[in-house]
Amino acid sequence: MKEELKALYKYRELLYMIAYRDIRVRYKQSIMGFFWAILMPILIVMSGVVVRYAYALATHAPLKTSDIASVAIKSVPWAFVVSSIRFTCNSLTGNRDLVVKVYFPKEIFPMAAVLACLFDFFVAYAALVVLLIFMKIGTSIYLLWVPVLLCTLVLLCMGIGMLVSAASLFFRDVKYIVEVFLTFGIFFTPVLYDVSMLGSRGKWLLLNPIAPLLEGLNTAIAHHQSPDVHWYLYSLGFSLVVFSSGFVLFKDLEPAFAESI
Amino acid sequence: MSDVALRMEHIYKKFRKGETYNSLRDLLPAMTGKMFRAQELNADDKREFWALQDMSFEVKHGQALAIIGRNGAGKSTALKILSRIMKPTKGRMIVNGRLSALIEVTAGFHPDLTGMENIFLHGTILGMSKREIQSKLDQIIAFSGIEEFINTPVKRYSSGMYARLGFAVAAHVDPEVLVVDEVLSVGDYVFQQRCMDRIRSIIKSGTTVLFVSHNLKSVTEVCDRALLLEHGKTVMIDDTDVVIRKYLNTGPTVDTPQENKPVYISNVKVRGHDRERTSFESGQTAWVDVEITARERVEKVAVVIWLRDETQYEIFNTSTERLGCAPITLQPGQSYRCSFELTLNVAHGTFGLCVGIHRYDLQKSYDKQVPATLLFIGSTMAVRGAVNCFPKIVEQGLCDAEAGERPVYIDQPTQRS
Repeated sequence: MKEELKALYKYRELLYMIAYRDIRVRYKQSIMGFFWAILMPILIVMSGVVVRYAYALATHAPLKTSDIASVAIKSVPWAFVVSSIRFTCNSLTGNRDLVVKVYFPKEIFPMAAVLACLFDFFVAYAALVVLLIFMKIGTSIYLLWVPVLLCTLVLLCMGIGMLVSAASLFFRDVKYIVEVFLTFGIFFTPVLYDVSMLGSRGKWLLLNPIAPLLEGLNTAIAHHQSPDVHWYLYSLGFSLVVFSSGFVLFKDLEPAFAESI
Repeated sequence: MSDVALRMEHIYKKFRKGETYNSLRDLLPAMTGKMFRAQELNADDKREFWALQDMSFEVKHGQALAIIGRNGAGKSTALKILSRIMKPTKGRMIVNGRLSALIEVTAGFHPDLTGMENIFLHGTILGMSKREIQSKLDQIIAFSGIEEFINTPVKRYSSGMYARLGFAVAAHVDPEVLVVDEVLSVGDYVFQQRCMDRIRSIIKSGTTVLFVSHNLKSVTEVCDRALLLEHGKTVMIDDTDVVIRKYLNTGPTVDTPQENKPVYISNVKVRGHDRERTSFESGQTAWVDVEITARERVEKVAVVIWLRDETQYEIFNTSTERLGCAPITLQPGQSYRCSFELTLNVAHGTFGLCVGIHRYDLQKSYDKQVPATLLFIGSTMAVRGAVNCFPKIVEQGLCDAEAGERPVYIDQPTQRS
């Protein structure tokens, strides 16, 4: 694995270049341009407002601005997770010519796909910052957690990305299965709701490795507190395992790509 | 570092014929089915075939090796294994140095990006660093010859422009080992010539080259050694001329069995001024003796001979009819013989001499041998191409522009012997 990571580092310029290509093409093709990046988060936030409003009605508690803020904070990274997994799924099959005809480490494709989605994520986050300033959320030292949590999320997405991209190269119907998981994943992840709303049983939802990261972002940004370190370490461990097993498996299957695609 | 740039040791590659499962929907039922029906496993073995068998060769630094063979002989598979896109089923290979492949020169292009963006994208894909591309940018654009359209998305390019830009990028990678696969079929002849010149200068700079092409002419120009592949097996590795001879000789010479023909070519001989031979110097005279024999009565036939160059292009054609002989009528069992005298004003190379029997008006072909024999033409003159025009320089010198339109000849050239 060490040798292979070294080879990947050697090709880092290509990684940026492919990510740049993906970004450039996406923004060139759509007239909406940057609006594309914030479309999905906006829709998630809007549905979150509906859910929170219903919750507020049921509990007779008033709907607070911080509730809306926390939905917004969590929906942007969730949109990143969804689009990067969806995008990585087609990253090998969509680059057939390059897989068949040129040699370089092929994990560059799923990784570049995640990086391209990360660009969208930053665009949306910039919009979010404006929203948060408007809501007078304020800053604290705990914001330093944000990059740590995001890096973990990227690591996890790349790991999942390598697995699904290789799987969908061999089995074309994998992408439909992935699509189903992405559609219903939002109900098993605390995006529209907070884990605390489910009481003591909410802990079970944190077993979803994405959940502690999203909750952590919310705690650090909206509540100015430190995220739960134990659950973060669980997510980090999970992400590392997914990434390294994804990488090893991907490298194992790579020689068969050209003839199976 | 040893002086070996490339080495393949007993490389085998196996492929599967037919449909393989590429969706879970098909695979899962098939797998459960297989558990109960064990005999199906044997059926799988029969669907395998060997694309390459026991391929071994070695190329030293700075050498150029050609791989020739018919379609499906395994040439591209060999190159894909060398460039590490595919893994061999068995065997070992060694590549010393940066390998670059001119296999599909436009593979890295994205249609929505401009020519300029694609230069950077494709260049990085082929293993160049950004800085390297930046420094060669002007050369690449000049080579492609599409300066005007460099900021246009490549989807608006003609296919020729597309290919030219692709080759321009790929030709500037400066690899230590270059693999070239049939890329010269793109672009017009001017560009093809430019590509050949570029490949020649890459070789001269000491790069190791592995060359695959159906254009035997360019193979002879570029490589001194060649490897002949047939159905995945290495037939021979030798000097390019020898291998090409073998390759052309293994081709199909007779199209239908002799027995069915009312008249057939019974003998073809090529003579020089002294004896039977197939090697000539450019400009020498050759005699081609053709004998045809009839099984049934045939009326008004003519003997046709023609010459083809290494690219199978017909460069010369004549017949008894056109040379003024009366159409030939033969009774069963009768033979007819004619002798053509040819002045071989052709350039250095291997040419196929083909013979055929036609009805005098070319409406019907009775028999043909393509080629009947090969002619090997040697030449001491530095000419390239199909014909030898026996060039000489009779005047040369610097021109004095002020002296008028005609150049002023300062000296007569000294004849080189």
